[in-house]
Formats: sequence, structure tokens, C-alpha cells
Amino acid sequence: MTLLIFVTIGIIQQRRLFAVVILAGAYSFLMASVMLVLDAVDVALTEASVGAGISTVVLLATLHLTKTIEIHSLRPTAIPLLLSIVVGMLIVWGTLGLPPFGTADSPIHAHVAPRYLSQSIAETGVPNVVTAVLADYRGFDTLGEVTVIFTAGIGVMLLLRGLRRRDEGRSGAEQ
Amino acid sequence: MDILFDLAERYNYAATIFLMVAGLYIVIARGNMVKKLVGLSIFQTSVYLLFIEPSKIVGGTAPIIDPDFSIYSNPLPHVLILTAIVVGVATISLGLALIVRINEAYGTIEEDEILNNGDGG
Repeated sequence: MTLLIFVTIGIIQQRRLFAVVILAGAYSFLMASVMLVLDAVDVALTEASVGAGISTVVLLATLHLTKTIEIHSLRPTAIPLLLSIVVGMLIVWGTLGLPPFGTADSPIHAHVAPRYLSQSIAETGVPNVVTAVLADYRGFDTLGEVTVIFTAGIGVMLLLRGLRRRDEGRSGAEQ
Repeated sequence: MDILFDLAERYNYAATIFLMVAGLYIVIARGNMVKKLVGLSIFQTSVYLLFIEPSKIVGGTAPIIDPDFSIYSNPLPHVLILTAIVVGVATISLGLALIVRINEAYGTIEEDEILNNGDGG
């Protein structure tokens, strides 16, 4: 967790975007390790492959197509800093009511989770409860997720296909 | 031992909130759009952390049914966050494609320069 904080400070300070992207990848791997410690193995795997892998590749591709140096902005940083701190205080105030970390009797463990844990073997036959819930109990959520990814993919393809066509048009005009 | 647990709990939430605030600060204060998106993803991952943290039970194990274990962490937040991670990457990719398009149209990915160009021309 402390390493995460340091990496984040590095991302804020660093102006070379290449370094920012690499730090973001390191951040994702650290986040995956933290998830692993918190017993969320599926989430850790996804974060390591998707967050640290695909995100970094996509960010690097963007840097390849654009610029890699961030200019020094002239706008004041006091107002955003103040706003962030105020929001942070509000969130801290909100988390004061949370139950203590790691206890088994907090409200989150009292609703449907015990049912998932006790019945999923009989109902789905899958030992990994996360998979059982994802694919069986909450299949519609996953359908919605796939819809979102599909839409995003179409959007990216449309935006970038236009880019290639305009490039060809420009080089054709130069010739 | 109780005091140690208390400290650990406070430290978890405090670090998560710090990451959240840092992401928010990057999004608001930095003009470079790639950096804004990195800030947005930091904000997102801090929210993942905020969801995963309550699902942990001290002494429990990962929610894979096995006769050797009886205490598991809560699987429901894990499922929700799995979905959120993938959707987050999809939105980030879309944002980056928009950045590429903006760079092509304005020749820059800095908000300030785009605004200045708009004023000048």
C-alpha cells in the first residue's frame, strides 16, 4: 500500500509521459498484489492481465500516435488541490461509519454471500464461487458488461478507421 | 493486538482515500489528456480497492470451495469488481482513441493549447 502511494506521487510529479505510463503499469501490478493479499485472487488475475497488460499497451500505442512530453501548465493548482482535499475529507467522514476491517460479522457478509458460498456447489457445480456468481447468478450483469465492451470497441474502431483513411487522403494529395 | 488491527484498518482506508484524492487531483489539475486518463484509472482502481477491502475476513481464504477451509471472503464484491475492471479498460481505450483523434485535429494533446488555438483562430 505504501508503495502504491509512492508510485502515485511519482505519476503526479513526472512530466515525461512514457515514464508515467510505465509507472501506471507498475501501479497496476502493485494493485494486483494487494488484491491477492485481500484474498481476491480472480480480481488480482484480471487486474494483472487487463490493468497492467492491456492498459499499458493501449497507453503506449496512444503515446506512439501522439506526443510524449507534458508541458508545464500555467493554470493555478491551488483550487484543484483544495477541492481534492475537501472531497477527501468528505470521503473520510463517510468511511468513519464503516465496520472494522476483516471482521466476519459486518453487514456485507450477512446478505446473499453466505447463500452463494453454501449453495453454489449444489446449484452450479463450480468450486470457484466467483465464477459461479459471475456466470450463473449474475449472468445478466456479464451480458451488460459484454455490451459495454462491444460498444467501446465499435467506438474505437470508428475513430481510428477515420484516422487511417484521412492519412491516406493526405498522402494522396501530397503525391 | 486490537490496536494493531485498528491501525491496519485505518491505514487501508486512508491509503485508498489518498489514491482516490490523488486521482481526482490529476484529473482536475493536469492539462495533458493522457495524464488525465491515467489519473482517471488511478481513481477507478482506488474504488476497486474500496470495494474489495470490506470483503476480506481475517483468517479466511479465497472463495474457492474446498473441504479444508470453512471461512471464505465475500465473493460478491469480487464479481462486481471483475466487471468494473473490464469495463474500465474499455472506457479508457475509448478515451485514448478520442485523444488520438484530438491530436490529429488540433496537433496537440494539451487542453491549454487547444483552448488558446480556439481563442486565436
